[in-house]
Amino acid sequence: MTWDTAPVVTGLGVVAPTGIGVERHWESVLKGRSGIAPLERFDPADYPLRLAGQVPDFTPRDSVPGRLLQQTDRGTHMGLVAAAAALDDAGIDPADVPEFELAVVTAASSGGTEFGQHEMERLYQNGPGWVGAYQSIAWFYAATTGQISIRHGMRGPSGVLCQEQAGGLDTFGQARRLLRGGSRVVVAGGTDASLCPYGVVAQLSTRALSTATDPDSAYRPFAPDACGYVPGEGGAMLVVERSDAAAARGARTYGRVLGHAAGFDPAPVLDRPPALASTIERALADAGVAPGAVGAVFADAMGVPAADAAEAAALRAVFGPGAVPVTAPKTLTGRLYGGGSSLDVATAVLALHHQVVPHTAGLDRPDPRHGVDLVVGGPRPAALDVVVVLARGHGGFTSALVLGRGDTALDLP
Amino acid sequence: MTLSRSRRTVITGIGVVAPGGVGREAFWDLLTAGRTATRPITLFDASGFRSRIAAEVDFDPEAAGLSHPEIRRMDRAAQFAVVCAREAIADSGVDLDTLDPGRTAVTIGSAVGCTMGLEQEYRVLSDGGRRWVVDHTYGVPHLYGYMVPSTLAVEVAWEARAEGPVHLVSTGCTSGLDSVGLGARLIEEGSADVVLAGATDAPLAPITSACFDAIRATSPNNDDAEHASRPFDAQRDGFVLGEGAAVLVLEELNRARARGARIYAEMVGYGNRSNAFHMTGLRPDGREMAEAIRVALDAARLDPSDVDYINAHGSGTRQNDRHETAAFKAALGERAREVPVSSIKSMVGHSLGAIGSIELAACALALDRQVVPPTANLHNADPECDLDYVPLVAREHRMDSVLSVGSGFGGFQTAALLTREGAVA
Amino acid sequence: MSLSVARFTLDDLTAVLHSDTGFDNAEAVTAANADRPFDELGYDSLAVLEFVSQLRRHHGVHIPDEALSEIPTPLSAVDYVNRLLVERAPNAEV
Repeated sequence: MTWDTAPVVTGLGVVAPTGIGVERHWESVLKGRSGIAPLERFDPADYPLRLAGQVPDFTPRDSVPGRLLQQTDRGTHMGLVAAAAALDDAGIDPADVPEFELAVVTAASSGGTEFGQHEMERLYQNGPGWVGAYQSIAWFYAATTGQISIRHGMRGPSGVLCQEQAGGLDTFGQARRLLRGGSRVVVAGGTDASLCPYGVVAQLSTRALSTATDPDSAYRPFAPDACGYVPGEGGAMLVVERSDAAAARGARTYGRVLGHAAGFDPAPVLDRPPALASTIERALADAGVAPGAVGAVFADAMGVPAADAAEAAALRAVFGPGAVPVTAPKTLTGRLYGGGSSLDVATAVLALHHQVVPHTAGLDRPDPRHGVDLVVGGPRPAALDVVVVLARGHGGFTSALVLGRGDTALDLP
Repeated sequence: MTLSRSRRTVITGIGVVAPGGVGREAFWDLLTAGRTATRPITLFDASGFRSRIAAEVDFDPEAAGLSHPEIRRMDRAAQFAVVCAREAIADSGVDLDTLDPGRTAVTIGSAVGCTMGLEQEYRVLSDGGRRWVVDHTYGVPHLYGYMVPSTLAVEVAWEARAEGPVHLVSTGCTSGLDSVGLGARLIEEGSADVVLAGATDAPLAPITSACFDAIRATSPNNDDAEHASRPFDAQRDGFVLGEGAAVLVLEELNRARARGARIYAEMVGYGNRSNAFHMTGLRPDGREMAEAIRVALDAARLDPSDVDYINAHGSGTRQNDRHETAAFKAALGERAREVPVSSIKSMVGHSLGAIGSIELAACALALDRQVVPPTANLHNADPECDLDYVPLVAREHRMDSVLSVGSGFGGFQTAALLTREGAVA
Repeated sequence: MSLSVARFTLDDLTAVLHSDTGFDNAEAVTAANADRPFDELGYDSLAVLEFVSQLRRHHGVHIPDEALSEIPTPLSAVDYVNRLLVERAPNAEV
């Protein structure tokens, strides 16, 4: 994959706890303004989870027809808003793209969780006849892709990938495949909204959630006293195009998709090393990029001590101890599952565009035993050509995405 | 006819768990006998439902070889998938110890994930729906594993000891075709040498039946469950919900030949499009499915005249069967009238995301054995469905290439082409 | 809300149609547009099925599968429901 022919990112749409819209999100990231707050979606009463990353002031009704809102879950609402924003940001009117060359690939993690909980409640309180006509299209994992494709007339090879937090990166790997195969424009990314009671209780069963109560420090990956992650809702959708098509229409390019790899941890019973290091290496090889050329790594940063240690070990193995700046802006949003790694890609692309590595809020310094140069305290300007985004998904999914600078990197604001 | 791609994908192993019998041969037996596995629902009390019919698997997890810890943690859909994976691996003769784990991949499809486990736990934790803020102390420790459908791919990955790409594809009712399409693509692009590709769904739970009741998509012919799935018949009145799974071992062609593997078929073409029309509705002209078929033919460098059998989506809804008949004519012209077309959903029901892989398994077996499965329950001709749908009786038929199609909620339209080994240079 | 016998009105229909909220972007049904097909007014097949289910849940009115094709417009749906109500209780008051 050469630099010049790599697919380019030409549009971003963000719906996140750090804000709705690219500008608001990026401003929050630079300022370290957290979107984590006491859980408000319902009263968690005696649940051990107190905090979540919630999207503030989300009013999809401003831009999405009411009847479409009625037949979709909150996660899909966020996806619809983000996808429309990304297409608008890219300056693309779907009607101008040949219908079969326009596709959407989303990551899903748990589907329309809250919609589904409502429908099951109606089923059990009232009987089978009380399940609504939209349950068959709102809860299933393909809902967001289906609705986006309909709304924007996208008849190309669309899809849905479910690898929990890692799925988002894989949608970019898939977008690249589609663009090589005849598609011209692909909307890739994902959103998630599982902060309903049943969703939270399911997440609690992983024992990986942070039960801390201070929003500014509850999620502190790589800290000596890391205590789990805070869950969140939201995500991002990005427009990825063939470089020649983007150039032909004079599009602004935020960044390039240089390489991707997906791997999987060996089964727990086998005595074999986790897959992250080799996945990173394969992604770099795919991109034709040496580890020394990477300007920053956006870490998976699960915030569970053993997972942090494993990630740090992989980073040391691939890049060398302290050899590359590492960061996790996700401490401002929480872990967004189906939307998580997509939002990381948006943030990473913005970092390339603005030539600055955002910092990791919530901790003063990482545990020195990790041997990572974690960017803390504030954003770090840097000459960035290439960044890497990492994600791991529940059960052993591991993905790495290599991104390169776009054509029009901006000065710092 | 030659393909120019340097890496090609063949099917060397097949595992199936389907209504009517666990295992590949039991499945093939049902299909060739033209027997149906649709019956009154037994997996839950369906007395309050509009459609009370399903194609259920008589599945004994212990008899199928699962251990007690596996049975405890795995949702039924995962159990199906793992049993299929084991059968497929054994069938292929692949020795897992000889595989490079980093070049072993898994692509599993599922439309509704671990629905049964999710619903069962919900019932307990919500105290029968009475509590919106459900109990957080009584849930099973693996509850999160039910919430994320990716668990289904995890279980197969553990089975195959895969450390390469592992993906859970969830594109509604085309999941089982799309997952295998992705698996083949991983081989072709060089990301994997061996892929366990397939799909699983075990949706037979109240919430699923209720949601299809609400849109009247399933057959209410409760007094004649055995004959309720009637694709292409003039009196068809909806699909019959089913469950099941199939897993295929996909291998890179040269690798398969080098180890002397038995090759069922080659995946020569795949194409998918969306209708971008409606989440459940289909326009009668079938144009996007026709386009998916054309894309698959192009990829395979085949003409319509090369297609010898069409395995239809054939769900048995009024709109689907009309839609895809039109698609076949649009994509294949006169060839659509010359070849047998059949729907095995007439026998094994519609298992949503799983059925695409189950149908590909049927296609691979059809090619291997040169027999076309019939469309059961087809008695009354419908002027809008006027092709040769192989009514009632399986048919010996000379086939080199087979087309398999699927269509699903969300507007997904998929086509895949298989060619018999030896028919492709 | 209860239905008067043989007096299901367009207002009753829109109340049921909108009872799950969210249809503010579809056209409100009025005497002027009640003879236009539902889908032209912004109510797709799923919306009509949901409307039919609501009638059953809240008002005990059952519209069978075979009759769905007989109610393509709000006006025809109102007529159909009134016919059912008359059949159900031809001589009763509320």
